[in-house]
Amino acid sequence: MDAEYAIECRGITKTFGTVKANDGIDLNARFGEILALLGENGSGKTTLMNILSGIYHPDSGSVHVSGKALHINSPSDAIGLGIGMIHQHFKLVEIMSAMDNIILGAKDKLQKPSSLKRKILDLCDLYGLKIDPEKKIYQMSVSERQTVEILKVLYRNARILILDEPTAVLTPQETTGLFLILRKMKEKGCCVIIITHKLNEVLEISDRVTILRKGKSVATVLTAETNEARLAESMVGRAVNLSIKRPLVERGKPALEVKNLTSLEPDGRKSLSNLNFTLYSGEMLGVAGIAGSGQKALCETLTGLSKAHAGEIAYEGVNCMGKSAAEISKLGVRLAFVPEDRLGMGLVGSMGIADNMLLKTYKSGKGAFINRKPAIRQAERIIESLDIQTPGVDAPIRMLSGGNIQKVLLGREIESRPKVLIVAYPVRGLDINTSYAIYDLLNEQKRNKTAIIFCGEDIDVLLEISDRIMVLSDGRITGIESAASLTKEDVGLMMAGMDFRDKVQA
Amino acid sequence: MDYFLSFIAAVILAGTPILFGTVGEIINEKAGNLNLGVEGMMALGACAGFMAGYLLGNPALAIAASFLAGAAGALIYAVLTVTFMANQTVVGLTLTIFGVGFSNFTGEYMLTHSANNTLKIPENVMRALGGLNIQGLSALPIAGKILFSYNIFVYLGIAVAIIAGYYLKRTKIGLSVRAIGENPAAADAAGIKVAPLKYLNIVVGGGICGIGGAYASIITCGGVWMSNSVNGLGWIAVALVIFASWNPIKAILGSYVFGAFSILKYYVPKSYIPAPNAFYDMLPFLVTALILVIASIRDSKENSQPAGCGINYFREER
Ligand SMILES: Nc1ncnc2c1ncn2[C@@H]1O[C@H](COP(=O)(O)OP(=O)(O)O)[C@@H](O)[C@H]1O
Ligand SMILES: [Mg+2]
Repeated sequence: MDAEYAIECRGITKTFGTVKANDGIDLNARFGEILALLGENGSGKTTLMNILSGIYHPDSGSVHVSGKALHINSPSDAIGLGIGMIHQHFKLVEIMSAMDNIILGAKDKLQKPSSLKRKILDLCDLYGLKIDPEKKIYQMSVSERQTVEILKVLYRNARILILDEPTAVLTPQETTGLFLILRKMKEKGCCVIIITHKLNEVLEISDRVTILRKGKSVATVLTAETNEARLAESMVGRAVNLSIKRPLVERGKPALEVKNLTSLEPDGRKSLSNLNFTLYSGEMLGVAGIAGSGQKALCETLTGLSKAHAGEIAYEGVNCMGKSAAEISKLGVRLAFVPEDRLGMGLVGSMGIADNMLLKTYKSGKGAFINRKPAIRQAERIIESLDIQTPGVDAPIRMLSGGNIQKVLLGREIESRPKVLIVAYPVRGLDINTSYAIYDLLNEQKRNKTAIIFCGEDIDVLLEISDRIMVLSDGRITGIESAASLTKEDVGLMMAGMDFRDKVQA
Repeated sequence: MDYFLSFIAAVILAGTPILFGTVGEIINEKAGNLNLGVEGMMALGACAGFMAGYLLGNPALAIAASFLAGAAGALIYAVLTVTFMANQTVVGLTLTIFGVGFSNFTGEYMLTHSANNTLKIPENVMRALGGLNIQGLSALPIAGKILFSYNIFVYLGIAVAIIAGYYLKRTKIGLSVRAIGENPAAADAAGIKVAPLKYLNIVVGGGICGIGGAYASIITCGGVWMSNSVNGLGWIAVALVIFASWNPIKAILGSYVFGAFSILKYYVPKSYIPAPNAFYDMLPFLVTALILVIASIRDSKENSQPAGCGINYFREER
């Protein structure tokens, strides 16, 4: 019986150039149901959802909404059919207020700001959302922006809600809040399709799971009848070992010594206060903390991207306090940094892999001209060794999937054979398989006696992969402990700022 | 006093063609299209407006023709950039070259086919497009001269600027247009029809530029055809958009300020400031350059160029 499906795709195929992003995908979802869409990076999830919301046209296949076969030619068609999508990269107008963004393109008449505000706040009450309707988007945090996106969809009375990796940018608390809203929508009879890489979230929120692999729909299962291991297996296509290795490497000489490090925000607040720690070669130091506890400041002061206020930073005995990134590298310190903002700080999206390689090395070249040959060879080497999926060394890396972009960045940094490697949220937004590939890469570096600082958000992962864990809270270190001796709860307490074990800092 | 009043009046007259160009370009840029063809669209309007006045002897048709010519130039630009995604800068510059060339060519052609090698708009048209003379009002002391003495273009320009300001700021369609200019992908995802609205804005904006051109060829040149009557006004308008921070209402003041610079040479007595005429001719462009520099230093997110300006939108791109 067709009519029971809110939305049904039959044999959807979509090709970009030579890439078959969707290859005969079948998918269906009912009203009053939450369907999770699972698949590795590049398996075609976003493409399929963009087809449902009218951004892309399928090459073949049909879409049925409430049992009727339809052509969705534009986003406005999709909205007319009650389909609302919250894109992975939010589609909001930065300089406009939440209110303007919400009514943007809606079919109703322009109304008085006061009555509109009332209407939005009523909607907020109904679903337990919080927003200041007059606040400008550019002044908002990520989760506030997401709230605006949700309100946009609710305001248009969407009955079919699609969310593309909504939790990738949220803290655990914010995710819990989002799930509450989704459940409410489900109770009200809406159909919700959610994309996420986190298997525990899939199990927590969904009723059914559809799994995509390489553009094909490989399975649809009831959430109640599956588990993490089975989901991972059908997603990757083979059994995956979900445990993370922690190779034992003998602790070497101190690679980085930090003493009394303090740094200030532009407004004078302390972003880091009085940090003391030593990092040894062949060690992986996990850095945990709730968002904004100083991880970013730590990475940026250690790498010379921002100036520390006071204290000492020494790499293998070389004092680098107050030096810029370029000066540090001139001093012969082999330091590499993989920032969380891959395309902003790390790489240039419109350039190919080879040219991105050059960015790091061109300064050491002689003369006014650039010799691309070594860079091309280097690019080919990392494509090969890290198994990067790309049309070629000159294809703009913006076109690659998140996981492949991260591999390019990590690959380039590793090519410089660093003594100290600092990575910030290296698996954010990446699927399981790629995440494990990244963990393996980091462990291999550790075996090569590199000292690694790993800023992460997933405490389970940090506990498994790190030798020691350093917890930051409000710019202070609330503990540095051997990871094997800690539980998740211990870390959670330290993240909340409790100095619960008065152990001396190593 | 009288001297000052006539200075004010002259300033407003000199600023009016720039005002049309500026408002037209603001309407373009707000929809995300940087149209560097203002000079060309004004030249097209100058030619069409003049020829309509000359051949048809009707002032209203002259203005309408200048609007249509500017709009036609803009339509070419819109087809190339919105539909065929050609580079906006290149198409805009080409439009300028084409518009100026076409206008001068047509003028030359008409001249060689005219009776005594001049083209002159009939008196009745010039009278209708000349300064107002409203019973009672225009004769008032001071106010009569600075408020009620101008030609129809001046009032039309102010009206167009105010309407454009209201349209962009207060109407629903204006909200959609601003969203397109800032982030076409967001506007598209919100269900706004991006391409039709871009076309609308580009074409209407171009038409408004065209009227400014008619002012230059008909009023400034006193009803006698001259080549290159627009002579850089379009470029000043493009810069003024920045000065006006993309606000048509502020463009009114801005264009009068520029009008003042362009006529200063007739009003500053040589005995006070012994600067050569060439200096005064250069002044508006010098100020334009200064403004561009200052504007690049100022950074306020809300009063700056729409974020999507100059970039073509293709839905399937990512
Ligand atoms: N607009 C586009 N242009 C070219 N290639 C694209 C585009 N969108 C997606 N692709 C390609 O299609 C494939 C699937 O991408 P996507 O649907 O984003 O995957 P997912 O969301 O599952 O990570 C990838 O190989 C990607 O590079
Ligand atoms: Mg995706």
